[in-house]
Amino acid sequence: MDLLGYGAFFLTTALIFSLVTLGLNLQWGLTGLFNVGLAGFVAIGAYTSALLTTPDDAARLGGFGLPILVGWLGAMAVGGIAAALTGMATLRLRSDYLAITTFGVAVVVQLVALNAQGLTGGPFGIGFIPRPFGSLAETPLLFNLSNLAVVSAVTLVAYLALEHLSRSPWGRVLKALREDERAAISLGKSARFFRVQAFAVGGAIMALAGALQAHFTGFIAPDNYLPILTFQVWVMLIVGGSGSNLGAVIGSILVWAIWAGSGTLTSVLFPPEQQARAAALQIAAIGVMLCVILLIRPNGLFGDRPRRPWFSKRAKLVADKSSSGS
Amino acid sequence: MSLQFIVDGLLTGSMIGLGAIGVTLTYSILRFSNFAHGDFMAWGTYATLAVVSAIGATFGKVAPIGPLSFGWPLIVALIVGMAFTALLALLLDKVLFARLRSQGQAIIVVMASFGASMALRSLLEFTFTSRPTYFSRAIQIAMPVGFGIRITPDQIALLLLTAVLVLGVHLLMTRTQTGRAMQALSQNAALARIVGIDVASVVRVTWIIGGALACVAGVMIGILVQIRPFMGFDMLLPMFAAAILGGIGSIPGAVLGGLIIGLAEAGAVQLIGAEWRAAVSFIILMAVLFVRPIGLFGVRER
Repeated sequence: MDLLGYGAFFLTTALIFSLVTLGLNLQWGLTGLFNVGLAGFVAIGAYTSALLTTPDDAARLGGFGLPILVGWLGAMAVGGIAAALTGMATLRLRSDYLAITTFGVAVVVQLVALNAQGLTGGPFGIGFIPRPFGSLAETPLLFNLSNLAVVSAVTLVAYLALEHLSRSPWGRVLKALREDERAAISLGKSARFFRVQAFAVGGAIMALAGALQAHFTGFIAPDNYLPILTFQVWVMLIVGGSGSNLGAVIGSILVWAIWAGSGTLTSVLFPPEQQARAAALQIAAIGVMLCVILLIRPNGLFGDRPRRPWFSKRAKLVADKSSSGS
Repeated sequence: MSLQFIVDGLLTGSMIGLGAIGVTLTYSILRFSNFAHGDFMAWGTYATLAVVSAIGATFGKVAPIGPLSFGWPLIVALIVGMAFTALLALLLDKVLFARLRSQGQAIIVVMASFGASMALRSLLEFTFTSRPTYFSRAIQIAMPVGFGIRITPDQIALLLLTAVLVLGVHLLMTRTQTGRAMQALSQNAALARIVGIDVASVVRVTWIIGGALACVAGVMIGILVQIRPFMGFDMLLPMFAAAILGGIGSIPGAVLGGLIIGLAEAGAVQLIGAEWRAAVSFIILMAVLFVRPIGLFGVRER
């Protein structure tokens, strides 16, 4: 029974990660937009939903005590707007600028979460976030299973919607832009407009995942949204194979299993005073793993990036000039 | 508002500027933003610290030079640390970046640098734990220099060192054949190859300069603030912002950008509060991207 409960808990967390990874897959896998600040968008979603749904608190703005569903929609709206603004600022420039800007967004969101006590509760975070099926909390198994059902349903809907989107004319434009921007533009597609849209939708999905997580655990704090989260999700997407929604989901479950498993292992193997160091080693190992996968199997398990005749010709030029002899 | 923020800002600005030189060179010559650059800083600092302790263990306690907080061991250690950091950058390029560059997707290299950054930083945390350490725990008396400004001997020495290094790199870039080759490669890679520039050696020089200066910047932070595994990662956003503000590829631009951001941060600390310091670089970055994305001294890409 315990095992089943833990299994449900594990899967719920893994599926919430899957949702973030699906959002990243839309941004990176489908559109080629590099987001290294996704922890910031997840945090925006979590805090928005928490502010909207928690009971009134004199120490900070809100909470407004609204239904959970409103919190989720609000999270998506705010996350999407934040992503759209980021995109509008940078998408007319080189792709690296987007990377640097998203990195900055995550830093600033972290600062706001820590310091704007009147909005976010500061370092102590926000508690008493209403949980769906909170009345079942006395029977943990039932509670975990019902949460798993909710999260699975949301992930499934997002998955199906994204699958549909990537096959729709809209998704085809994004792929066209990724593969051959000049050709797509010559067909009259505004590259920047479509990219901002994709980036915003991806941001909204990440924010929704943040909100789901907040309502699942009932408590959020700035520490949940450190750069390590961004890093985990990237590893999940790369392992699963960028471009494939199925890969995003399976990669998330797989990497989360490795992560949680190695975490349990270190807590068994190492004495308590060495735990922090062991955790650092765990992160280093995953970082090396990311680099190794990029080197030997850049398409991951399910990646669908086709060869690009036009692009790779130009890329080969760049490659020749930078690798000749180095 | 006390004018002390000028000294503080110039010092922070020197650290940012020295780091930003490496960022801007990597970006303009190798064409990717290196998220592991901050961790070069931290590794260089810890390497310097290790050499200082090794010297201390061999020679016993060494008297500091004049009014400074450190003696010759730190200077020797800094030179060793610079060499070490340059080698680290070269090694990382060889095992990771060069191979990915040869596969041809620029943004994959950025992602790999992000992964490498996580791994490097966590290895430091594993080896040295996340507890802050210091080169010296001695407290220096700041001397008043008028207008309500106070400055310590260490700070004067480090400002001078920054000026010498920046001038040196500037002369290297403008007066030597290697420097001109670097500029040529950043302006027009294809043409640079046609005229017979040795790309591999330019790439090497880029990493050596970037790594060595990152080490100096890190040691400055170590002397004036503290040494932590995250010290470099926290400098990443200011360094990127400085490189973009100054204009990608421009060494004077990177340094000036660093000084502007350093002064703005120090001013913001006085006016708003230290906890919002990290937001300053982001605001400046966004302003530059909206108003003048090529930066102060940038040239449009060809």
